[in-house]
Amino acid sequence: MEIDGRQLSRLSRWGLKKSPWAFHLNTGSCNNCDIEVLDVLTPKYDVERFGITLIGSPRHADILIVTGVVTVQTLPRVLHVYEQVAKPCLVVAMGACGCTGGIFDGSYHVVGPLDKVIPVDVYIPGCPPKPEAIIDGVVKALAKI
Amino acid sequence: MALMDVLTYIGLVVFLGFVFTALVGLASSWIDRKVSARLQWRVGPPWYQPIADIVKLMSKEVTVVEGSSRFTCLSAPFIGFAAVVVVSTIIWMASIRPQSGFVGDIIVILYLLYIPSLAMIVGGSASRNPFAALGASREMKLMLAYEASFLVAVFTLVLNNGGIVSLGGMVAYQQANGPMVTHSLSSVIALVVALTYLPAKLGIGPFDIPEADCELIAGTYTEYSGSPLAAFKLTKAMLLCMLPVLLVTLFFTSAWTPWAILWYVLILVVLILIRNTNPRLRIDQALRFFWGPVLVLSLVGIVLAALGL
Repeated sequence: MEIDGRQLSRLSRWGLKKSPWAFHLNTGSCNNCDIEVLDVLTPKYDVERFGITLIGSPRHADILIVTGVVTVQTLPRVLHVYEQVAKPCLVVAMGACGCTGGIFDGSYHVVGPLDKVIPVDVYIPGCPPKPEAIIDGVVKALAKI
Repeated sequence: MALMDVLTYIGLVVFLGFVFTALVGLASSWIDRKVSARLQWRVGPPWYQPIADIVKLMSKEVTVVEGSSRFTCLSAPFIGFAAVVVVSTIIWMASIRPQSGFVGDIIVILYLLYIPSLAMIVGGSASRNPFAALGASREMKLMLAYEASFLVAVFTLVLNNGGIVSLGGMVAYQQANGPMVTHSLSSVIALVVALTYLPAKLGIGPFDIPEADCELIAGTYTEYSGSPLAAFKLTKAMLLCMLPVLLVTLFFTSAWTPWAILWYVLILVVLILIRNTNPRLRIDQALRFFWGPVLVLSLVGIVLAALGL
């Protein structure tokens, strides 16, 4: 993992691993994945144990969780938000649509799956993915730091 | 000799005002998150969580919005942070060595406590974001609301201890005459008024109006990232430490005995409980609350104090 072309120090990598703040972006999904994201914050899963919180501003984000296939309408917004996120950041494509296009693949309004538009670090398949799968995906993303 | 004095003061500011206060403040913000999590039937973050947050933010990219005022944007958080460092040095020194205070330092503290809020307003306004601008305007209105009643409460205390306008003098008075809060009815009223000031100044509890995260993204912090955001978070954590310490120093005790630490934790937990059990007020409700019941209560307090009760 790099910032401005230089390697992150061990301390910075520790900080990023222990305090990943997630921003969740709906790029045209059916809202099902978005509800599953909220599930992992509830008492049963409580990801704040690992320092993960959901934040409102892309400027504060370390993980960009993108749900849904990228549509013609949302394409400029996706690029805009990706540029707004302070680097270094990880991008997670969530759900069948985000990973492959899902049932919307080939539709007239679809640009394509997320990795056609911005670089993706981790894919979480499922329609919607189970909370366990989301946590697993985030752990895999953190292992890349 | 003079050089030694200067070095001593610099050492006090760095270690007492910054390092110690920051560590206690980060520990307090962990208590805040942990107790909130337990109240919601969750486990909550580990003890090093606030430190990890700050370390991470320090290593992130600093983004500045195109067309915003770069210098104002980036300097505002550090000015607020510097003000809190000075405030904590003055408060700690006055409570550890009462004779080191100067006349009027309580007024200096009140003025310096404006600066972190002003830094939020200036930084938010300069960052060219509608949410940040809204947050800044709300913070401004909230400041107009809570400051008046707290000033009246502080001057109630000044009347009660016979006109001593210095924190060190107040500490010395309590060493001779027992805790201020047992002094009279008006002191108890002043304590209640001060307890309403705390959540509003800290921007927590029912008064997290300026950074209402479900309406305003992150309020004045919306466009900040990296080390300026870390400075804002650290300022907030240090205020979370210093405001209860100021209250303990003014009302409960003069020396930092285990009892005083217990009072500190108690005030903190009361704040967290208020925060978790009360929904956010609208800005007009907050204004009505502070300019209505709270101001009337503080005025009753100062009249009682003038009558010697």
